[in-house]
Amino acid sequence: MNRHHREIPGTPIFDGAAAAKGYALNRMCFSFNGADNRAAFLADEDAYCAKFGLSPEQRDAVRRRDVLAMIASGGNIYYLAKLAGIFGLGVQDIGAQQTGMSVAAFKAKLVAAGA
Amino acid sequence: MARIVGGLATSHIPSIGVAIAKGLQQEPYWRPFFDGFPPARAWLERQKPDLAVVIYNDHGLNFFLDKLPTFAVGAAAEYRHADEGWGLPISRPFAGDTDFSWHVIENLVADEFDVTTCQEMLVDHAFTIPMSLFWPGGGAWPVRTLPIAVNTVQHPLPSPERCFKLGQALGRAIRSYDSDEKVVVIGTGGLSHQLDGPRAGFINKEFDLMCLGALPHEPELLTDYSTLDLVELAGAQGVELINWLAMRGALGADVYEIHRNYHIPISNTATGLMVLESA
Repeated sequence: MNRHHREIPGTPIFDGAAAAKGYALNRMCFSFNGADNRAAFLADEDAYCAKFGLSPEQRDAVRRRDVLAMIASGGNIYYLAKLAGIFGLGVQDIGAQQTGMSVAAFKAKLVAAGA
Repeated sequence: MARIVGGLATSHIPSIGVAIAKGLQQEPYWRPFFDGFPPARAWLERQKPDLAVVIYNDHGLNFFLDKLPTFAVGAAAEYRHADEGWGLPISRPFAGDTDFSWHVIENLVADEFDVTTCQEMLVDHAFTIPMSLFWPGGGAWPVRTLPIAVNTVQHPLPSPERCFKLGQALGRAIRSYDSDEKVVVIGTGGLSHQLDGPRAGFINKEFDLMCLGALPHEPELLTDYSTLDLVELAGAQGVELINWLAMRGALGADVYEIHRNYHIPISNTATGLMVLESA
C-alpha cells in the first residue's frame, strides 16, 4: 500500500476508479444545477435516469434514496448533494441517513464535538 | 509594486448564505459564528485593499469530472454565481481584473505552476460566502477579484506542500505587479468536517486548534501532512485546509496574527476564521 491509497475507516476516497465508475450518476447530479432539469427528474424519474445511462446499481440506489449505495456505485458527495436538494434534504439529513442516526441525534453529536 | 496587506481565511458552509439571506446572524445558533467577523471587517476597513485573490474549491458548479483542473485561475472581467441546485440565494456578480489575472498567470506558469486559465468561470458558494462575510451589506463590492480554484473533489488532490508553494509563487507574482494597489489573499473552507460515508459528522477539535496555532508562524508543521493524512485527521472535506495553506504561502515568512475565531458546529462543520497581517 503506497501513500496514495490507504483505508481510512468510514471514509470514501473519491479517486479515479470511483470517478470512472460513478461518471453517469455524477453527470446526472451535475445537471441538477438547472431548475428545468430538477423539474424533469421529478416529472419522470425513470426517463431522466435512463437519459444519463445509470448502471442498474446506480439506478437502484437512486430509487431507494440510499446515499451509501450511491457512494458505493461511484457517487461523489458534492454532486449527490444536488440530488438530495431536490427532496429538500441537506447534509445533516444525509449525514444522519449514512450513520443510521436520527437527524436530531446527528445534530446533537455535532454539538457535542465542540464541548 | 503591488503590496499584499495580509490574508484572511474562513469556512464557507452553504447554510451561512441562507442565514445571511434570512437575517439570522444574531440567533443563538448562528451568533458564535457571525460574532467572529467584526474584527476582520475592521481590519479590512483599515487596510482598504483594492484586489482580493480568493483561493477556494469548486463543488460542482463551474467544473465537472469531464475536465477537472488541479489549479484554475480566473481571467475574466466579471465572475458570476449561479444556481447550485439546493436553494442557496444567488449572489450579485463580482468584478475581475484581466490585467492582474494575466500577470499572475504568466508568473505562476513561469514559476512552474501550469495552471488552467478561465475566461469564463462561475464562482460557487466557496467564493461568494466568504466575500459576503468579509464585505456584508450589499451594494458594489469594494474590491476587484481573482478566483483561484483548487481541486478538492477528485483524488489525487494537490498536496498541502504543493498548495503552500502555489501560495508562495502567487505572493511573488503579486509583489511583482507594476501597480501601487493593495491586495488581500483569502483562503476558504474547513475546518474539520466530513459529509460522506459512515464517518459523516466527524469533527476533530484538537487537530483544528493545532492548525490554527501553527498557521501563522509554523505553517511547515502543516505542510508535512499528506493529503490523505488531512482526510484522516480533518475529515474528507476538512482537506479544504489546503486552501488556507495556499493563502498562508502568499504572505511571506513573517505575519502578525490579528484575529481568530473557532466555533463548532455550523451544519456539519467546525468553523474557523483567521486574520493575518503581512509583516
